[in-house]
Amino acid sequence: MSDQVPAPSAEKRASADVLLSVRGLEVHFPIRSGIVVERQVGSVKAVDGVDLDIPRGATVGLVGESGCGKSTLGRAILRLVEPTAGTVTFGDVDVRALAGEDLRRMRRQMQMVFQDPMASLDPRQNVQSVLSEPLRAHGIGGDHRARVRELLDVVGLPASAANRYPHEFSGGQRQRIGIARAIALEPQLIVADEPVSALDVSIQAQVVNLLEELQDRLGLTYLVIAHDLAVVRHIADVVAVMYLGGLVEQAPSDDLYATPLHPYTKALMSAVPIPDPVVEDTRQRILLQGDLPSPADPPTGCRFHTRCPFRQPTRCAEERPLLRTVAGHADAHRVACHWAEDIEAGRILPAASAVVDPDPVREPDPQPDPAT
Amino acid sequence: MRVTDSEPLLRSEPLLDVRDLSVTFTRKGGPTVRAVDGVSFTVRPGETVGLVGESGSGKSVTSLAVMRLLPRRGVQVGGQVLFDGDDLLTLPRDRMRDIRGRDIAMVFQDPMSSLNPVVPIGIQVTEVLERHQDLKGETARAAAEELLFRVGIPDPRRRLKEYPHQLSGGMRQRALIAMALACKPRLLIADEPTTALDVTIQAQIIELLKELVQDTGASLVMITHDLGVVAGLCDTVHVMYSGRIVESAGRRELFGEPRHPYTGGLLASVPRLDAPRGAPLHPIPGSPTDVLSWHKGCAFAPRCPNRLDACIGGPPRLESLGDRSLRCLNPLEQNEEVPA
Amino acid sequence: MSLSEVEAATESEQVEQPAGNLRKEAWKRLKRDPIALVGFGLIAFFVLVAIFAPLIAPYAPDAQPGRGMITPTNIPGPSAEHWFGLDASGRDEFSRVVYGARQSLLVGVVATLFGMAGGLLLGVLAGAFGGKVDTVVMRIVDIMLSIPGLLMAIAIAALLGAGLWSVMIAIAIINVPVFARLLRGQMLAQRGSDYVLAAVSLGVRRRPIVLGHILPNSISPVIVQATLTLATAIIEAAGLSFLGLGGADPRVPEWGRMLADTQRYLASAPHLAFFPGIAIVIAALGFTMLGERLREAIDPKYRR
Repeated sequence: MSDQVPAPSAEKRASADVLLSVRGLEVHFPIRSGIVVERQVGSVKAVDGVDLDIPRGATVGLVGESGCGKSTLGRAILRLVEPTAGTVTFGDVDVRALAGEDLRRMRRQMQMVFQDPMASLDPRQNVQSVLSEPLRAHGIGGDHRARVRELLDVVGLPASAANRYPHEFSGGQRQRIGIARAIALEPQLIVADEPVSALDVSIQAQVVNLLEELQDRLGLTYLVIAHDLAVVRHIADVVAVMYLGGLVEQAPSDDLYATPLHPYTKALMSAVPIPDPVVEDTRQRILLQGDLPSPADPPTGCRFHTRCPFRQPTRCAEERPLLRTVAGHADAHRVACHWAEDIEAGRILPAASAVVDPDPVREPDPQPDPAT
Repeated sequence: MRVTDSEPLLRSEPLLDVRDLSVTFTRKGGPTVRAVDGVSFTVRPGETVGLVGESGSGKSVTSLAVMRLLPRRGVQVGGQVLFDGDDLLTLPRDRMRDIRGRDIAMVFQDPMSSLNPVVPIGIQVTEVLERHQDLKGETARAAAEELLFRVGIPDPRRRLKEYPHQLSGGMRQRALIAMALACKPRLLIADEPTTALDVTIQAQIIELLKELVQDTGASLVMITHDLGVVAGLCDTVHVMYSGRIVESAGRRELFGEPRHPYTGGLLASVPRLDAPRGAPLHPIPGSPTDVLSWHKGCAFAPRCPNRLDACIGGPPRLESLGDRSLRCLNPLEQNEEVPA
Repeated sequence: MSLSEVEAATESEQVEQPAGNLRKEAWKRLKRDPIALVGFGLIAFFVLVAIFAPLIAPYAPDAQPGRGMITPTNIPGPSAEHWFGLDASGRDEFSRVVYGARQSLLVGVVATLFGMAGGLLLGVLAGAFGGKVDTVVMRIVDIMLSIPGLLMAIAIAALLGAGLWSVMIAIAIINVPVFARLLRGQMLAQRGSDYVLAAVSLGVRRRPIVLGHILPNSISPVIVQATLTLATAIIEAAGLSFLGLGGADPRVPEWGRMLADTQRYLASAPHLAFFPGIAIVIAALGFTMLGERLREAIDPKYRR
């Protein structure tokens, strides 16, 4: 999978617009076994051939469920996890080729915001120390106190916060500290891994708004990783949907939500609850069967075919679909499904057992097809 | 499996009647904390009721108090919890134990910690059946298999022999629901049952709960922070803030026209999948920890855009307002845009 | 392992959340804990006695005020003048027990400090670098732990020759693997935590990460262990002295040696065994009580 570079993005990569370009990225974690001598008995294919472009100044959203490899992908881009194959190009730097001091200096350009703001802050470090640490690490001189005050101000915290410790703040405030730390070095790219999912509902919007505001102010580029489609849709210009180590669909945010082409995207979108009874009572759901297969032993062909309600007897189980464009849709909208056209045209319908119609119509399932 | 005919949904007699429930935690040397403060609500047979709130709202403590699962040391529980006319709070312990599991069952957020990790699923399910249903041996095992199948666990015969860690999160939650249903309870209390699960699995579990309520005629109390989950599931919704109910209404009324600034604020702050892109979010300022003590005024006042001077002068009462109850001196106008 | 968890486990190791106010809370709990307070009181008493020994003891430790009263069959027991009686050379037992506190405390503290230092060094090496360094260090530690502690201490002390320093070094060495293993485990857990990952992603160099983040967050259980080790070190030191491997200077009283010296008179003068024995027990008990409660206060896993 890794050597195949889809044509459409090849010329795009050359353009100066792309800040980060990922090609054929793989992260395989070895599974070792043995008592005296360990040997590798297999590997968990957490990320298995991903191509992704992040335009400068844009926000790319990466959605998927737990275990799909989205966090690993984010960390592999930052070299916090070592990729096993593929390339990561940042500007014109080959990130995978960097080592030692070069890599360390490169980190200035690419920062990360973590999911759990408490866990990502050293409990024994006060905010002053948290925020000046990156400055010290990169030998940035000047008045660190003033810089910390400025950073606190940018993320909406009072200057007095500098002398306090992480546990003295609320969850939302801690995430602000995490964001302040990420922008301290004026990076170009920020990878935000589930930046709001650990926060209370009423706080999430504060942080989302802050991220957007900072982007406008500092010209940041974001890769936002989240399981919450509604959040990603809100914040991202381009959304990539990941399933079991690979991207299944990628499109400008509006297109993706208006016309999802991949069956998984459809199912995912229909599963997101909407806080509106009128909508909830009238929408049709596509329920997926079973759970995510093991990334140590992914299904052949299309990774999704074991759960796909649109599965066809041919191709799905044999051929792994590549991201491709579909006639009638923008070139930026790409999907990895053999049957996307037929599904869109309604020539292929989902299995009846997977469709749940709006409430009043629904009858108790007399005989769900037994799996025994 | 018994499938009762759908009874008329709203019989007048409530199945569960919680009256003026309060829970106070006292820590040695620490301050006393009133986690639940005068909460009243009813659940009628076949009804699905939602308790919504953020962390610290008291929603989970409420459910634990109803089930009498709070530790006895350092906790004072006041008020009444009438189940079928009996006050659960004053019932002898052995009768309460009978009711728990047989009449009222509970499903928790973390299925892993609610299952015994060293006992196979099958034994855990059959145990419940043996204790409360008087089934024995092979009959109990067969009934357990049927239950697992019913909650959508494929190949239940094999699954019965497996240990909790061999099941995925969604499967574990199904197994727990199967255990909860083992005794055909009349009331199921689900405390954030889908929070630890992925959305596609969450959708499966919610469908399952809906179906079960419809098929068995049981009542469901759904405790969650997720407004979306409530919108599609619950008949009546109670919004809690800092230990008190601030707004109660039918879901259509509540979501259609939120009147409490907190409810409205929550709705305006979550991004909606179906909203046009670029629609701004209006967060509620501050954090749920910035609360005023209820006896001084409205706990939400420090974060409230509609605050009046009177709001911090004394506690607002829960007033009945036609289609809803509301605890607010200056509610949002009907169909008013939530102020930014 | 369940299907969906395979990657979840690899991609986000959720380390138990270290509450930031741990230290303050631990302190608060300790202050209210009667057992910890008693332990602390015993230790304080012990330390004060050691410091002010010359003021407390009525006689010098090598003075023989009762020389004339001693015969091999008659060693006077406690009396108004000599609270703990006299020993076989006519010395005041009370004064010797008081002065003995100095020696025991010295041996305990020095041996524990050395042991901890060695353990920290090995633990940091193993915990910070991982991989081969870790494997080598941990195999050495395992081998050391597989030999019974006191046996090894005897061997080391015998090898070094009798004397105060050999006792301290021997006890230090047998405690090194305990500290090393403990610290390494803590550091490994911290190494996978988000804040360490955050520091790496900021481009912080390895040394500040290890010394500034990982080590300070791993050290609490080591301190608890040190308190407990102090107790065992005092007992072990007494044991080694009892076996004749202790201090070379017989004029300096040491509880273990005092016990050893009474062997011949045990039937006629049991008080000679009783007082040093009880002193050892009380000192060790003080450290154990404080250490155990400290552990419970710091580590939620031990909380009942």
